[in-house]
Amino acid sequence: MKVAGLLMMPAGWFIVLAALVLLKAYLMQNLFMSAGVGVEVLGLILFALSHVPSKGGKE
Amino acid sequence: MSPQPFPAMPEISSAFCVVFILLLPLAVAGLALINTGLSRSRSAAHSMMASLCVIGVAATTCFVMGFAWQGYPGLPAHTLNVFGKEWSWLGAGRFFLRGVPLDGSPASLAALLQLFSVGLAALIPLGAGSERWRLRACCLSTALLAGITYPVFAHWVWGGGWLAQLGTNYGLGQGFLDAGGSATIQSVGGLTALSIVWLLGPRRGKYNPEGMPAALPGHNTVLVLFGCVLALVGWMGLNSAGSLLFVGAPLGRTVLVAVNTLLSAAGAGLAAAAITRYRFGKPDASLSANGWVSGLVASSAACAFLSPAVALLVGLVAGALVTYTVAWFEVRLGLDDPAGAVSVHALGGIWGILALGLFARTPAVAAITTAGYPAVMRGRQMLAQVVGVATLLGFVLPLTYSLNWLLNHFSPQRIPPEDERHGADLHELGAGAYPEFMTHTDELSPW
Repeated sequence: MKVAGLLMMPAGWFIVLAALVLLKAYLMQNLFMSAGVGVEVLGLILFALSHVPSKGGKE
Repeated sequence: MSPQPFPAMPEISSAFCVVFILLLPLAVAGLALINTGLSRSRSAAHSMMASLCVIGVAATTCFVMGFAWQGYPGLPAHTLNVFGKEWSWLGAGRFFLRGVPLDGSPASLAALLQLFSVGLAALIPLGAGSERWRLRACCLSTALLAGITYPVFAHWVWGGGWLAQLGTNYGLGQGFLDAGGSATIQSVGGLTALSIVWLLGPRRGKYNPEGMPAALPGHNTVLVLFGCVLALVGWMGLNSAGSLLFVGAPLGRTVLVAVNTLLSAAGAGLAAAAITRYRFGKPDASLSANGWVSGLVASSAACAFLSPAVALLVGLVAGALVTYTVAWFEVRLGLDDPAGAVSVHALGGIWGILALGLFARTPAVAAITTAGYPAVMRGRQMLAQVVGVATLLGFVLPLTYSLNWLLNHFSPQRIPPEDERHGADLHELGAGAYPEFMTHTDELSPW
């Protein structure tokens, strides 16, 4: 989960960059950039959850 | 290829800019005091000592290589051709500030500002890792921040890099704008703090076996609140100097910058005090201080572009955001962040960046950024700000985490648990901050 989260963040960034470079229409650019940020946020959530200390473990 | 040079500043603006920059150490001192006050007394001397070391390492690294890679519009830079557009991606200056005439030119003023502001960014993770972060590791991590992460991102935003070029290359408003460093200083520092918190783990005794957090209150609220006042003065200098140097604001606009900075901090501090009063029956001093600083952080990006009423609103939102997220991060995500650095600097910074896209008065933006750009729709400016936030999450966070993860393998960053119980002062410095009054017990932590 940790590696997947870590990889999803740059993956989302590349989607944003691709939308910036390849798309001209404002709406499409907006949509794809939002999707890219969404992927980043998902990656961040996965990465954050993988760092939550386990219950019953040592502090 | 060199990015388009920044227009020369009138001599009077340069003189004021020097004064504004020389206020910045007060923000650094304020943050150091806040970090120290929010840690326990057994680590107070270590916190201040680490602050001094970190400021020194940051300034030295910036002098040696950081500013060479950061650059400034008009200084040499590496560029990349991306589908017919020139992307400036890294400064190509000479190390040791050679090639930057220290004569009051905008480039030299930017170099001076960076020597201080990179120290400010490096203090942010120090608050998050306090009481358990080795002194040597603090210094090495700061060298990575000041030598790699910070200058690369700062080049993209302040050095005429591809984020700053989003306006000219892709028609996204005026490109990514960040007058006082909500992104470049605060969010970069805040995301590094997040990485450090993840890598170090929680302090000993912070969580019980069921995963519930214990309150480990800071040892000196007076230091914290005094730090907030110092930070306000320093931030006014930072925002004013940044507005002059990085978005081309005229000198007169620094009045608006100071008013906005104060109102944003006031709104955030009061919002945090009111919310904690409502939730807990009494206002919480440390959360109110966190709120105050988050208002300063959020004010930085758009300080030269907002009306005072909107700056107050930005502050109110920042204060509310911090109040709820500090507790949420601690309880739900297991983030033990004694200074609330992730909420205050990373989230507050991102809110400031987006607030510029949401609220900046477009004619004002067009009027004070580099002349010749057409007035644009607010939506396009917002898109540029979103690309900046995406870069922070998709590039800066993975980079800073990976660098610190590697560092942790070569030089363990955390103080051993048994030594942590006695406090970082004894372990790292051999003596405490308050030797006549200090007791080394875990009276506040039953675990």
